[in-house]
Amino acid sequence: MIRVSGPRAAEALTRLAGPLPTPRRASLRQIADPDRGWLDEALVLWFPGPNTATGEDCAEIHCHGGRAVIRAIETALERGCGLRRAEAGEFTRRAFLNGRMDLLEAEALGDMLSAETELQRAVLASSAGGAASSRLAEWREEVLAASAAVEQELDFSDDDQGDLPPAPWRGALEEIGAQMDQWLATPSADRLRDGLRIVLAGPPNAGKSSLFNAILDEAAAIVSPIAGTTRDVIERPIALGGVPFLLVDTAGLRGEGADEIEQLGIMRAEGELGRADIILWLGPEGEGPAEALEVASMSDLPGAARKGQGAFHVSSTTRDGLADLIAHLVTLGRERLPKPGQVAVSRRQKERLADARESIRRAAGEDDLLIAGEALRQARHAMDAMLGTVATEDMLDALFGRFCIGK
Amino acid sequence: MQHYPIIVIGGGHAGVEAACVGARMGVRVGLVTMNASKIGAMSCNPAIGGLGKGHLVREVDAFDGVLGRAADVGAIHYRMLNRSKGSAVWGPRVQADRKLFGAAVRAQVAAEETLDVIAGEAAALVLEGGRVAGVELADGTRIGCEAAILCTGTFLGGILFRGEETFVGGRVGEGSAARLAAQLREAALPMARLKTGTPPRLDGRTIDWSQLDEQPSDDELWTMSPLSHGRANPQIFCAITRTNARAHEIIRANLSRSPLYSGAIGAQGPRYCPSIEDKIDRFGDRDGHQIFLEPEGLDTPLVYPNGISTSLPTDVQEDFLRAIDGLEQVRVVEPGYAVEYDHVDPRSLDRWLQLRSLPGLYCAGQINGTTGYEEAAAQGLVAGLHAASVVLERNPPALDRANSYIAVMVDDLTLHGVTEPYRMLTARAEYRLRLRANNASTRLTPLAIEAGCVHEERRAWFEVRAAARADVESALAADYGPAEMRALGFGATDDAGRQPLRDWTRFPGIDLSALQYAGLVPRETDSALLEEIGEDLHYAPYIARQDAELRELRANEQVALAPDFPFTEVPGLSNEMVERLSRARPDSLAQAGRVAGITPAAMAALLVYARKYHESRAA
Repeated sequence: MIRVSGPRAAEALTRLAGPLPTPRRASLRQIADPDRGWLDEALVLWFPGPNTATGEDCAEIHCHGGRAVIRAIETALERGCGLRRAEAGEFTRRAFLNGRMDLLEAEALGDMLSAETELQRAVLASSAGGAASSRLAEWREEVLAASAAVEQELDFSDDDQGDLPPAPWRGALEEIGAQMDQWLATPSADRLRDGLRIVLAGPPNAGKSSLFNAILDEAAAIVSPIAGTTRDVIERPIALGGVPFLLVDTAGLRGEGADEIEQLGIMRAEGELGRADIILWLGPEGEGPAEALEVASMSDLPGAARKGQGAFHVSSTTRDGLADLIAHLVTLGRERLPKPGQVAVSRRQKERLADARESIRRAAGEDDLLIAGEALRQARHAMDAMLGTVATEDMLDALFGRFCIGK
Repeated sequence: MQHYPIIVIGGGHAGVEAACVGARMGVRVGLVTMNASKIGAMSCNPAIGGLGKGHLVREVDAFDGVLGRAADVGAIHYRMLNRSKGSAVWGPRVQADRKLFGAAVRAQVAAEETLDVIAGEAAALVLEGGRVAGVELADGTRIGCEAAILCTGTFLGGILFRGEETFVGGRVGEGSAARLAAQLREAALPMARLKTGTPPRLDGRTIDWSQLDEQPSDDELWTMSPLSHGRANPQIFCAITRTNARAHEIIRANLSRSPLYSGAIGAQGPRYCPSIEDKIDRFGDRDGHQIFLEPEGLDTPLVYPNGISTSLPTDVQEDFLRAIDGLEQVRVVEPGYAVEYDHVDPRSLDRWLQLRSLPGLYCAGQINGTTGYEEAAAQGLVAGLHAASVVLERNPPALDRANSYIAVMVDDLTLHGVTEPYRMLTARAEYRLRLRANNASTRLTPLAIEAGCVHEERRAWFEVRAAARADVESALAADYGPAEMRALGFGATDDAGRQPLRDWTRFPGIDLSALQYAGLVPRETDSALLEEIGEDLHYAPYIARQDAELRELRANEQVALAPDFPFTEVPGLSNEMVERLSRARPDSLAQAGRVAGITPAAMAALLVYARKYHESRAA
């Protein structure tokens, strides 16, 4: 499908497909270019602005899928109609600029477009569709009402209006705060986008790389390349049971005696452990980081060490035990990633939400109305920043920056 | 032909401040007024200050303005409103004796050597080459000028309403500047109408004070201006009474005779200061509304009943008043009335209140759709400061929303326009924790000194105070350990560690006056200054949280939108946004963000386009 957006959409559609069809109705047309002749038979749709996806006039040409056909139509649009290919993220960007979506929706859409697993898509769809934004807007209204109640007490108390009973506002704030806590407790969309980090750790020759490859064989590979794989830490994005993971193999952990290069690798490995969501520990039982899953590898070898209760015994060669380990990882992943229906926002958005939450907490517990009023104002400011109402260079750079590198 | 660099038209509170600030800066100013003896008259409530308004008085005073000191000279009752709340929303308010206040204003006007009062009616503006070049009086005299400041209050096209009667005029007994209004209308200035009202004036000798609650003047000897001292006059008390069901019944039965309800007045009045008719109609479930009975002066029996402005017919006013406790025998000296008047849409003004379409012409005060002496005075100050700065080829002081209520008001007016008479409220100032009434001098007097608009007395006072402040600040910066603090009699445990004195004030029982008593802060420090520094310390953590926001604001202020910025050319701006922005004419991205209804998307579009536009122009 080819989508055209902008003031010349009507002209372009008319040139290739004849008179404009009824808005928002598919109609079958012959696609022909005055200079190049007949190109294809296709369904075309016409969407007059501003109530369109981008806020501009839009046209869609649902043509046959062959590359040559698509290229011919594109060429006709470029040469004959003076259009150009959209830049990365440009439709979203225009939708934002034309007020068709707010920052929260635009970010979620950006993430959703790059979703590779069903879980990613399902979670982000509700944010992109505006569910998160409308909830946020409701909270903002409530906070605004609380602000108004505080201001009434501050600015009119000595006036006649002052003998109006003060409106109850603290209770409403506590309720909003509790709802915000739920959002905050949900893992951020960044984890969803990048996958949960599973780090394989243990001394050299513990079987990490074999297990790494064995899990990779079981996984649906995620194609998008991640920058920086040419390190001694190897990362592979994978999907297990529809859950996105980032599988990380580290250099072996060893104490003294390692040479300088190895030492560097070990330091990186230790850094990886700090960022890990799940650690598979292949070393001697009990010597790995706390919370690591104990894995005994090479379980097919007669001399292999046995680990105690709760450990996974896996053979990378015979694949014994691998299915159990993977099933456990999927379970953990489902627990630790946002679920469909939950609202997942980016880490940056979460930071702002945490600011708003903290301000609301302060306001609800503050006896000095003046300070409470200020805390509420700051809460609104943080929420406005989430929706993009507070436009700053930072916000725009962050927003448009991501589309340039993303889809 | 006579010539003044600046001519101010109108001798109300805006006109007086505009004329006097010009004169303080050494510019020759002509103040044209219909009646020189009415300069500084208080046409409504004889009170100065209040919530939000008190901040404006102190700010005007910080520029060495007239209002604060005149209020102190005339004051017969001081009250700090909102004292139970945080100090940033305290509202200093005085009631002033009309005669004493007016005389004090006129004395300050007379003392300005470069200020001439010109008695006469400004009938028309003289325009040359698209600029203001002079003013023509009703008797045909022409006076040349470089800048004219219109401070005509409600006198432009004013109509008074009382019951079924209407009169033409700005205030009872005075004419309306109808010809000037007609000329402004012809000049295609965007004009609209608003209304305001005033209550009846009562004869205090016919009020039974004995059955009413008294409200005495504050015991604390604070003043409106730090240059005033103590109490100039004996202080009187006010009293409080309430409307009641019987009074409401009388009003309700006669609503149809009020011009507000008969349809005679179409203009919007202030929501926050409704007429008693409005209160009864809109808050019908309330069983009573407070009335503050405020004496108008020391040698007059007149009493101003605050809270019951009305335009009901005279007989109805008398009837409902006499239904109220303490007013059973009351005599109405001057019935209340409503005024409908023209105002200029302030969105046609720049941020110094100069008309964009007519350089050299400024509008200040009620003509811009505001209400209140304080709002008027602050605008007069702004217009006068700028007009004189232009004459002297100096930069006017940098006022913004983070340093003054004055700038908050001008920004609100010129960006949003008005839909009801604009009154200052502390809620309008988003950075109000730093904008306290009691730190106005600290915030603004340095700017005033730089602008050259303060007399020697203020400068000398400020320098002494700044030195005292610096002494306290350096005392607070010194480090003390727990043992030292204990030796001075303060409770301190060793885990507190060694820290600057300012941080010790966070501990219970350690405040500035205790430190002063212990001799750690200079003993001679003035208590008002110490209180101000104490509040700075108290609010510091909250103010620090605003820093990121202020950096953002200032960054967006750096993104300038030129006067001819082509909003219509910005891709992605809807027609509605283009219209709003074209009318408000924001001069920076920060201002654009404050225009009502401007979406984040519109801001983004503006920012992207402004970058390109100014880069291409710079190239």
